[in-house]
Amino acid sequence: MLRLGTKRAFRTGARRGFQTSAKRSADVTLTIDGKTVTVPQGTALIQACEAAGVTIPRFCYHDRLAIAGNCRMCLVEVARSPKPIASCAMPAMPGAQVFTNTPMVHEAREGVMEFLLSNHPLDCPICDQGGECDLQDQSMRYGSDRSRFHEIVGKRAVENKDFGPLVKTSMNRCIQCTRCVRFANEVAGVEELGTTGRGNDLQIGMYVEKVMDSELSGNIIDLCPVGALTAKPYAFHARPWELKDTESIDVMDAVGSNILVQSRGPKVMRVQPRTNDDVNEEWINDKTRYAYDGLQFQRLMTPLIRQGDRFVPASWEGALTTVREGLASSGANGNEIKAIAGGLADTESMVALKDWMNQLGSDNTALDCPGGSEPPATGVDVRANYLFNATIPGLEEADAILLVGTNPRHEAAVMNSRIRKSYLHTGLEVGFIGERVETTYEYDYLGADLKAIETFAKGKQGFAAKFKQAKKPLIIVGSALTEHPDGKAALKTLAEYVQDNKAKLLNAEWNGFCVLQRNASRAAAYDIGFVPSAAAAKTTPKFVYLLSADDVDPKTIPEDAFVVYQGSHGDLGAQIADVVLPGAAYTEKGTTWVNTEGRAQMGRAAVSIPGAAREDWKIIRALSEVCGEALPYDDIVQLRDRMWEVSPTLVRFDTIERTSVEVAQFGLAQLASASTPAKASGKTFEKPIKNFYMTDPISRASVTMAQCTRAFVKGEDYGFSKDETAEQASFA
Amino acid sequence: MLTKAAARRGLKPLGNVVKRGFATVQDPPVRHYGGLKDQDRIFTNLYSRHDHGLKGAQSRGDWHRTKDILNKGDAWIIQTMKDSGLRGRGGAGFPSGLKWSFMNKPGWKEDPRPRYLVVNADEGEPGTCKDREIMRGDPHKLVEGCLVAGRAMNATAAYIYIRGEFYQEASHVQQAINEAYRAGLIGKNACGSGYDFDVYLHRGAGAYICGEETALIESLEGKQGKPRLKPPFPADVGLFGCPSTVANVETVSVAPTICRRGGQWFASFGRERNQGTKLFCISGHVNNPCTIEEEMSIPLKDLVEKHCGGVRGGWDNLLGIIPGGSSVPILPKNKCEEVLMDFDSLRDAQSGLGTGAVIVMDKSTDVVQAIARFSHFYKHESCGQCTPCREGTTWMMNMMDRFAEGRGQSREIDMLLEITKQVEGRTICALGDAAAWPIQGLMRHFRPEIEKRLADFNAANGPVLFGGRLQRDAPSELAISDNLGPERPSPEEQMASVPPPTATPAAA
Repeated sequence: MLRLGTKRAFRTGARRGFQTSAKRSADVTLTIDGKTVTVPQGTALIQACEAAGVTIPRFCYHDRLAIAGNCRMCLVEVARSPKPIASCAMPAMPGAQVFTNTPMVHEAREGVMEFLLSNHPLDCPICDQGGECDLQDQSMRYGSDRSRFHEIVGKRAVENKDFGPLVKTSMNRCIQCTRCVRFANEVAGVEELGTTGRGNDLQIGMYVEKVMDSELSGNIIDLCPVGALTAKPYAFHARPWELKDTESIDVMDAVGSNILVQSRGPKVMRVQPRTNDDVNEEWINDKTRYAYDGLQFQRLMTPLIRQGDRFVPASWEGALTTVREGLASSGANGNEIKAIAGGLADTESMVALKDWMNQLGSDNTALDCPGGSEPPATGVDVRANYLFNATIPGLEEADAILLVGTNPRHEAAVMNSRIRKSYLHTGLEVGFIGERVETTYEYDYLGADLKAIETFAKGKQGFAAKFKQAKKPLIIVGSALTEHPDGKAALKTLAEYVQDNKAKLLNAEWNGFCVLQRNASRAAAYDIGFVPSAAAAKTTPKFVYLLSADDVDPKTIPEDAFVVYQGSHGDLGAQIADVVLPGAAYTEKGTTWVNTEGRAQMGRAAVSIPGAAREDWKIIRALSEVCGEALPYDDIVQLRDRMWEVSPTLVRFDTIERTSVEVAQFGLAQLASASTPAKASGKTFEKPIKNFYMTDPISRASVTMAQCTRAFVKGEDYGFSKDETAEQASFA
Repeated sequence: MLTKAAARRGLKPLGNVVKRGFATVQDPPVRHYGGLKDQDRIFTNLYSRHDHGLKGAQSRGDWHRTKDILNKGDAWIIQTMKDSGLRGRGGAGFPSGLKWSFMNKPGWKEDPRPRYLVVNADEGEPGTCKDREIMRGDPHKLVEGCLVAGRAMNATAAYIYIRGEFYQEASHVQQAINEAYRAGLIGKNACGSGYDFDVYLHRGAGAYICGEETALIESLEGKQGKPRLKPPFPADVGLFGCPSTVANVETVSVAPTICRRGGQWFASFGRERNQGTKLFCISGHVNNPCTIEEEMSIPLKDLVEKHCGGVRGGWDNLLGIIPGGSSVPILPKNKCEEVLMDFDSLRDAQSGLGTGAVIVMDKSTDVVQAIARFSHFYKHESCGQCTPCREGTTWMMNMMDRFAEGRGQSREIDMLLEITKQVEGRTICALGDAAAWPIQGLMRHFRPEIEKRLADFNAANGPVLFGGRLQRDAPSELAISDNLGPERPSPEEQMASVPPPTATPAAA
């Protein structure tokens, strides 16, 4: 799809931000089935009907996608119109009289349904969409009770397409609603997906033979109203009515996408998105959706104690005692006791771990990221210094975005779709500093190192000038930049820039300085203050406690230190441990997650914890008791009280507490006055995520993610040749 | 009445003298339409007998004082078009002056967007060959028409979207555009009027649907030629998101002549609301197929007899006529004798003027096969965007194919009609209607012909199931479901076939 440039070019006057355009448009009053409703001007008739409490059947219409108006299922009768009208494509007109329950409407729906079914195979029994199929449901409700289609020429047959290891196609079932095409073009930025051929031979597919390489491709499965696009990893595993739904929060990135974990018995069968307009709209990325099979593999089921070069299963008592003995025999004292929290550590367990560390007299609480053993460049005193202050919906208000050392497409794929949305529909300008990446929008490339930031800050031409003129400029600093050797200097330059331009970048309505975190636990860790003190950072640890820390470099851990690993997966962290304590994965515990905006959200346990593994905070609580003094909370409620003491934002769920302008300015002053090394390293800002599909223990254990890596990252032609020799069932 | 009233008042009727009462009106003089004089022809080089270049065109009166027309201003041109009663010649027959005036909404001057006239030269309607004759012989009429129409709607440029197959026509039009640019007739300060106007020619790739105005706009923008949803109408958001108007070649080409000779002159031809002259393309079973400019409202029979040398084998050999291109219903012989070739008369006859493409069929025609061929065409040209057209055209084609052979049940005729009704008026553009109407026309006038064919086939091959399978081919060991419409023996026959119960044998 082309960028809507013409609209932009001919828009009169200055560019408008979202807030200024939000002037209340006039309301329209119309009658639907004799009921009067008032809707804002420009509302589609179908939405006006919804407002009147009338359900209109539809296939192609979707409120987050452009209107196609091609399924013709939503036909309604409007007074003084001889023909029925597609309600999705018709704006509500004042005084219109709409009828949705007349013989003409019934007949029209039945006719369209008959046409849709005339070329739709009757394979509901072997179709994965069964039970959640719009066509199935609506044909029951609006269709005829028998078929008139008996033509000897039979039904249309369409070759299946290979969209890669995630999306399974069964193109015979396609009803050409083009939802997937519109999603790919507007949201995901895959412009190669489209329709070819015409008439009855119209086909959906990639224009050239290639897989659908997008981080959001799984969403087309949800969008597909029939079984043409189904999930390959989930194929033939379960029926929707067998599944138990648990509303939870995703932890694969720091967006905190709202998800529905669907499980059967002890097993997570699939992950679906949940609508939350403030966070993920109704999209989730493919890692969120498909990494769940990693929950089955490499799991730590029982405590393990290292004996020589092998692990021996142990009882909890034995393991905890071994930790106590290890702590004593290591002779660690004070800051020599070090805790490292990984990207999947939940807030509760981090609070407990920090409390325990402090109880042991240590301030050495580090994070599992480059430079995580040092005090962070952003500091943790002011929340505005490390959070995404503009908020996720705020992304759409920005009219100029500078990305520094971040690739939102991989670090926060769902947020990236908002940038694309804004890019397509408004005059958004994007500038980019860092290692070149493929985004789903055009950007002005400004360089890859500290110098580029300084040039931008001083710049008067090109993107710098456009950024200065913008009404709502936005700087997105990647979490990798804060971990970079030049991070402090970069933040200093940017903070000074924001201070110089605070009229636009920092005011009561808008805070245009944002840090984009990439780990689910990071914002919470900063909120808690799970960072080492300056003194502690210099200490060589003798006892290391890894809390779901699997990205640590083993070389940074002294050879003779006693290492305890607590986590759900036997990944890198467990390999270097002396004692392994099995914890729970995110689908097995009810915990708090703070996303990159600082929004606390509650994840819920969907399935039981496998084997002898336990909830993470309970393990630490038990360990503290074994090692001496028990932490002062016995249940999750008491622990949440403790969290409230630490920071009330941790338990104020689903809300964002904005930092006031004054405090934010104080934070910027801190950044601006930070002491930086005299000489910059001059290293380029590399992208932190090389392989989107494998970033944490769960996705690394996932077979699906391994297949995605092959297909999308390594570019192996996944499955093209395999298709011909595949078994019959794989075509079903 | 008068005489009765007079009698009541005691007056004597006036003997046997026939008297006309005051209330009766004399019949207006009967006006016969047709027989356009040579001096009233607009397209004077329709058959390309003369030079189609600028010189030849100027010798035929083109580009004569165009500057003065432009200087009269948009309102004058639009008023002239309204006075002339010109209705769009592309098929739908929307009043042109009114359509052009949509471009000049109050406050249009504040709109900074450019504005476009788009000329629809994608003449793909089967049977139609009028625009190509204009572009081949009189391309300057089109280019000048672009300028005049463009001036009327204050357009900045005209895009002529020409059908890809029209190679020679495209080169003639391009030649005309080049000549006009060189002579300063278009481009900056067109004709010295101070008005800037560009004309571009774009060749299509040969899809019938690109003749639909919004699909044409999409195609011109470089996208797939698929009709857009309306609203917004092109006059608001059209080509490249700018106000645009799509007009047919003939409509645009007649505009300069109308402006020169006056709206009243044009309006003097044809019946009220159907004024003007029109190009008719007569093809099929006539002795002399031709494209001819004639007065609107000429009787169809006159048109065929006068200009085409009559129907092959005489008027009595006529089976039916499709009066307006493949999209309109066929008319049987008796209707052909009475209809006038204009929008209203043909609409009253449940057909349409369409593009004025008259397709004559004599009695040698297999009319079912002919309409089945149309169904093939619409199936092939459906863009596939919206459901009823995508699925319906294919279904209709399959059924028409079967009916052409006779393979079907008579009950399926009504089912086919119902399917056409499910397509008609349910689609984004008019292609669905165009696919449905010929079949409806066929069923309206030639149903006995189909019924006979079905009966013959059934007699020869045994009963046919719904969908076209023969009952005798159905596996005998399986039951045939009722919704396939199998022929079952009547209860009496069934009873007859059951052997009478034999008397119970006596005790052995």
